[in-house]
Amino acid sequence: MAGRAGAGGGNDIQWCFSQVKGAVDDDVAEADIISTVEFNHSGELLATGDKGGRVVIFQQEQENKTQSHSRGEYNVYSTFQSHEPEFDYLKSLEIEEKINKIRWLPQKNAAQFLLSTNDKTIKLWKISERDKRPEGYNLKEEDGRYRDPTTVTTLRVPVFRPMDLMVEASPRRIFANAHTYHINSISINSDYETYLSADDLRINLWHLEITDRSFNIVDIKPANMEELTEVITAAEFHPNSCNTFVYSSSKGTIRLCDMRASALCDRHSKLFEEPEDPSNRSFFSEIISSISDVKFSHSGRYMMTRDYLSVKIWDLNMENRPVETYQVHEYLRSKLCSLYENDCIFDKFECCWNGSDSIVMTGSYNNFFRMFDRNTKRDITLEASRENNKPRTVLKPRKVCASGKRKKDEISVDSLDFNKKILHTAWHPKENIIAVATTNNLYIFQDKMN
Amino acid sequence: MSAESPEPASAEEQKVVYSVIFNLLLIVFQEMEDKVISPEKAEEAKLKARYPHLGQKPGGSDFLRKRLQKGQKYFDSGDYNMAKAKMKNKQLPTAAPDKTEVTGDHIPTPQDLPQRKPSLVASKLAG
Repeated sequence: MAGRAGAGGGNDIQWCFSQVKGAVDDDVAEADIISTVEFNHSGELLATGDKGGRVVIFQQEQENKTQSHSRGEYNVYSTFQSHEPEFDYLKSLEIEEKINKIRWLPQKNAAQFLLSTNDKTIKLWKISERDKRPEGYNLKEEDGRYRDPTTVTTLRVPVFRPMDLMVEASPRRIFANAHTYHINSISINSDYETYLSADDLRINLWHLEITDRSFNIVDIKPANMEELTEVITAAEFHPNSCNTFVYSSSKGTIRLCDMRASALCDRHSKLFEEPEDPSNRSFFSEIISSISDVKFSHSGRYMMTRDYLSVKIWDLNMENRPVETYQVHEYLRSKLCSLYENDCIFDKFECCWNGSDSIVMTGSYNNFFRMFDRNTKRDITLEASRENNKPRTVLKPRKVCASGKRKKDEISVDSLDFNKKILHTAWHPKENIIAVATTNNLYIFQDKMN
Repeated sequence: MSAESPEPASAEEQKVVYSVIFNLLLIVFQEMEDKVISPEKAEEAKLKARYPHLGQKPGGSDFLRKRLQKGQKYFDSGDYNMAKAKMKNKQLPTAAPDKTEVTGDHIPTPQDLPQRKPSLVASKLAG
């Protein structure tokens, strides 16, 4: 499992810097903190959401046939304000505009659709292109002013003429008032008609066309809140079975539910939990076992979970333990006391699969991110930093020295910057292109094409 | 220095020396074991030393309840009116869960109500 320093993760992919988006200055405005990153189904579009409630969509430019050594760059395609801050006076609750998740719908026509959510409200956005406009109205001037009808002496037929491309985003549906607690996940069903939204205690099922009602499919709220022991941390629909979804908990368990079994899926069909050695139990055990992200593989055979220190791959056919476990930053186990004091122990890291499910990726601290090749069992640590800015420069692998003698080029645990965390990463569905979000910058890396 | 070899220790003396060495080794191994088996437990001990009252109530529920209550700000009409009277243009309260309860200045007044006009400041990712 431990990788040799310098060994490439995954078929010897050599990762190169491609682009970086965002401000250079160190003084980060809170609104600019990136909170989610997601490729669409073709990989042509890349969406980011931030704490200020804004969505920015990048589009990959068409491949230049002459430039065979690099894939198209991602340039800004559209940006809009998805959510606004609100204050619920009745409950004295501030509702942040931070975008928690973005999920793309598969493309059905010329327009693109995505769901974006904050803590309370999910919105369906339509992003459409306009590249022609009607000209030659009879009653209106070109600037829109109305002509004096008495001056009209001839009639003409307005025609469409090309114009500069304009990309418009409009909210088509607003799914509100269905969540008492904070939404942590949305997931579109493989039927492309319904989707689920999950908060700390409940999961709701929606139809994309219907905004005034949703079905509650999971409710783990105890009758007496004093008895509350765990919350829902993430949920996702199975990529192929439209009746199956999973949800993870703060206690490190994953429940798989089948909606055919009953209307309210409070009883799981499968419970995935790794038995814990009771002699190893400590105050921190439950906190670090809390699952921050769960993702099905593209094949639907496996699912991956991320807890504070590791990434685990589960075979859906085996509930009693994961089939693979990868240590992300085991050296932090002896730093848990200070990580608890500075709240870093509660950081929610996400994880993702590559297109062929052979490599998984997740973030860490000091702007490091890690990849694990499931076939070769090699892993690599890379850094998202502006210091490696030249395109087609291969990124140098990083190594953290846990204790003792630090070798040259290694970084000691105590020098890690815990404010530089990579929580959100995304992998292009088909190519070796990855998007890595630092606090306020978006990095795009590609594999070196020869 | 004399060249003669030291006198062989008596069996009793040997036993004492061996038992002392053995005990010393035991202590060393025990300490090593504690460190090697559970760095987590060592960290837990550190935490308990700093915060002796931590974990005496069921810790799980405390965390969870704090998490569920994120964003809760209790409304006090007196504070609210005082803040209005101050006529200060305040920053929107940060979303980070505060360790102490928040009242007073952090209640938004009509001027800085969160329902402000759409942000005209574009994301720097798009710039």
